[in-house]
Amino acid sequence: MLNKRRVLTLLIPFIIFITGAVFLATPLLKGSDPSKLDSALIGQAIPEFTLQDIYDENKQYDASILKGQKMLLNVWATWCPTCYAEHTYLNKLAQQGFYIVGMNYKDDRKKAIRWLKDLNDPYKISLFDKSGLLGLDLGVYGAPETFLIDSQGIIQYRHVGDLNEQVWNDKLLAIYEAMQ
Amino acid sequence: MLPEIGQFTLILACLLALLQTIYPLYGVYTGHQGAIRSAKMFTILQFVAVAFSFVILSYSFLINDFSVDYIATNSNSALPWYYRLSAVWGAHEGSLLLWVFLLASWSIAVALMSKRLPIESVARVLAVLGLLAFGFYLFVLLTSNPFDRTLPYFPIDGRDLNPLLQDFGLIIHPPMLYMGYVGFSVAFAFAIAALLEGRLDSAWAKWSRPWTMAAWMFLTVGIALGSWWAYYELGWGGWWFWDPVENASFMPWLAGTALIHSLAVSEKRGVFKSWTVLLALSAFSLSLLGTFLVRSGVLVSVHAFASDPTRGLFILGFLVLVIGGSLLLYAVQAAKVKSRGRYELASRESVLLINNILLIAALIVVLLGTLLPLVHKEIGLGSISIGEPFFNRMFTILIVPFALFVGVGSLFRWKRQQLNDLKKPLAMILIISTLVTVLFLLVFAPFLTWLAVMGTFLGFWIIVGVVYEIYLRSTHRHSFSKGITKLGNSHWAMSFGHLGLAVMIIGITMTQNYSIEKDVKLAVGEQISFEHYEFHFDQVKGLKAQNYTATVGVFTVKKDGDFVAVMQAEKRLYTVQRMPMTEAAIDEGFTRDLYIAMGEVLPDGAWAVRIYYKPFIRWIWLGPLLMAFGGLLMICDRRYRSKKEPAGVLGDEHA
Repeated sequence: MLNKRRVLTLLIPFIIFITGAVFLATPLLKGSDPSKLDSALIGQAIPEFTLQDIYDENKQYDASILKGQKMLLNVWATWCPTCYAEHTYLNKLAQQGFYIVGMNYKDDRKKAIRWLKDLNDPYKISLFDKSGLLGLDLGVYGAPETFLIDSQGIIQYRHVGDLNEQVWNDKLLAIYEAMQ
Repeated sequence: MLPEIGQFTLILACLLALLQTIYPLYGVYTGHQGAIRSAKMFTILQFVAVAFSFVILSYSFLINDFSVDYIATNSNSALPWYYRLSAVWGAHEGSLLLWVFLLASWSIAVALMSKRLPIESVARVLAVLGLLAFGFYLFVLLTSNPFDRTLPYFPIDGRDLNPLLQDFGLIIHPPMLYMGYVGFSVAFAFAIAALLEGRLDSAWAKWSRPWTMAAWMFLTVGIALGSWWAYYELGWGGWWFWDPVENASFMPWLAGTALIHSLAVSEKRGVFKSWTVLLALSAFSLSLLGTFLVRSGVLVSVHAFASDPTRGLFILGFLVLVIGGSLLLYAVQAAKVKSRGRYELASRESVLLINNILLIAALIVVLLGTLLPLVHKEIGLGSISIGEPFFNRMFTILIVPFALFVGVGSLFRWKRQQLNDLKKPLAMILIISTLVTVLFLLVFAPFLTWLAVMGTFLGFWIIVGVVYEIYLRSTHRHSFSKGITKLGNSHWAMSFGHLGLAVMIIGITMTQNYSIEKDVKLAVGEQISFEHYEFHFDQVKGLKAQNYTATVGVFTVKKDGDFVAVMQAEKRLYTVQRMPMTEAAIDEGFTRDLYIAMGEVLPDGAWAVRIYYKPFIRWIWLGPLLMAFGGLLMICDRRYRSKKEPAGVLGDEHA
């Protein structure tokens, strides 16, 4: 004779697992690409912000710097090993003349400056988002992430994960070219 | 031609794994002896087939066969031969081949080394392992075939192995880690077989204990190696980042640690059985979850090379079948299990229960910290990020009761412990460990923080507790010198395991509290001094190796005027991928590491140099090695080789 209450108790791990699996499956089933987490902001302007320059605490920027030409907004941090791997490719893109704005996310200013000195600085402007407030507004999920922004300051695409030759050539370049 | 043969034997292995599942199970349920015996044969054949594939892929790497897509992407003819070999598991497809190869290796080990177990039980275990292997073979063949060709136009040379992975630590880190992950499949298979059979008894616990311990041992060493690698290779001097992939390896470790303790109770006392089974299922499930997280790209991290949604869905489907199925089976079958042992609140059983609760609490912390950002996003609450501070705070809290119980847990008797009898030993341990802590901090601590005091105290509390327990146990019936030789392997295993934890706690405490990091600008000929050390920047020289060029900064280090070492820090540029890498110079020591990493040249010709002083950082990796050594001792215990099958609960030995 099976004790029904015992079976029900022992079913708890199963139920917890299935709930978890559903949560894990949704992002995979929703989009064809799991690294493409949709940002509610695609097609909208960059939210207002005021952030300091990474090198200079007295220098402040606002949303207007993300207008006027097509550009990439790259979210990075020194605590993120993938950013380290990505950095070389960003340098390459910068060399090819792409306009990249960096946003250092929830990081330590000293470490970040050291990083940029060690690995070269591919960014035309480097924002310092210590508290992660702009990151929150942008729906940043983690670092690295890269946003494609057109000359009107409208977000056209969001890429989660590292930028590399393959991703750039297969996907982002076409979107970049098509932007105004 | 060779890669096609490799692919063919892989398909063959897949079919053999299926046979290894179906035929023996058919035998078990119909009583057909030949079918039951076939399990061993199919396991051996499956192993031979997949080993053949693995050797062919390795050989193709060695001879630079760039017509194979995977090799062209991950190797290069300028790569030294040993990195060409380790490049086999340098990316997704190959590491999965390694995974199935190791699974087959564990299976064949079970098949060959279980002569004393009832043949039906072995057949069931091998059948479960075969089914797991079948799933993974399908995964490799359908979504991640390492033998795909790039014909007819193949590149003249390959795109090279990621320079981060061109390193000795990375040659052995993945196989070790995988040995651990995959090894838990044996504990899993034993648990499933026992559930199928409806026979969850002490014999079951006894059989799966050495296998679980072996897997846990590999996982321990694997994680420690990964941490060591991050320390010297990433150039930041950190040793643990709470990166999702690190967490993915840490979770099965925590479950596995709980499992080896709970298995001890189930074997000795016949209690906690359904809990132990659940842990055995969890340890392997968490290994699978780790694979899913890394491979699917659901979490972004340094390890998440080539993520691909079809792969993610496949693993998730596999995960749901394996874990969901086993948990359902568990719910139905474990309900029939009755605990026979009785124990009181103050007893060894209770202490081990507390140990399990704390380990599971730690596991939940890591699981939530890793997955919550994902779930939070999913239910539309926006993004949150959980970082180092959260994990550090939670672990600082959890380690206190954990270490206190580890220190004195082995003094408790099974069934019932008179608390009065513990008063004297506890007082002794408290006094001695306080004294040792004070002495240690007087010698090694330049200043005091309360975290440092607490951490070192907890470490010495465990050490003193372990040593005192060994003393008590040895002098129980004999003189100390005679008694200490009478202690069983398992007893030493436990002592070493706990000492390892203590050593690691002290290492972490000292490193986190007393590290010194200096960023300095140095020109050749200049020097800087701190903590009694002088660093003299002698010269800069160039270096050209097979696949990179480097600038080398040479430093002479002195302590109070006495020569210590010449350290050479490199800044490398890997020629194929044009990737710059910092190769830190490290002078290792038992009580401290000196660490120099080169920054870049400043306009005036001086260099930005990073110099670290890391006290006791070696202890962080020495600890896990001691734990693994303890595991090895336990596996070698004679009672896992004795012919006698226990009928039920064993007598009162030490766990």
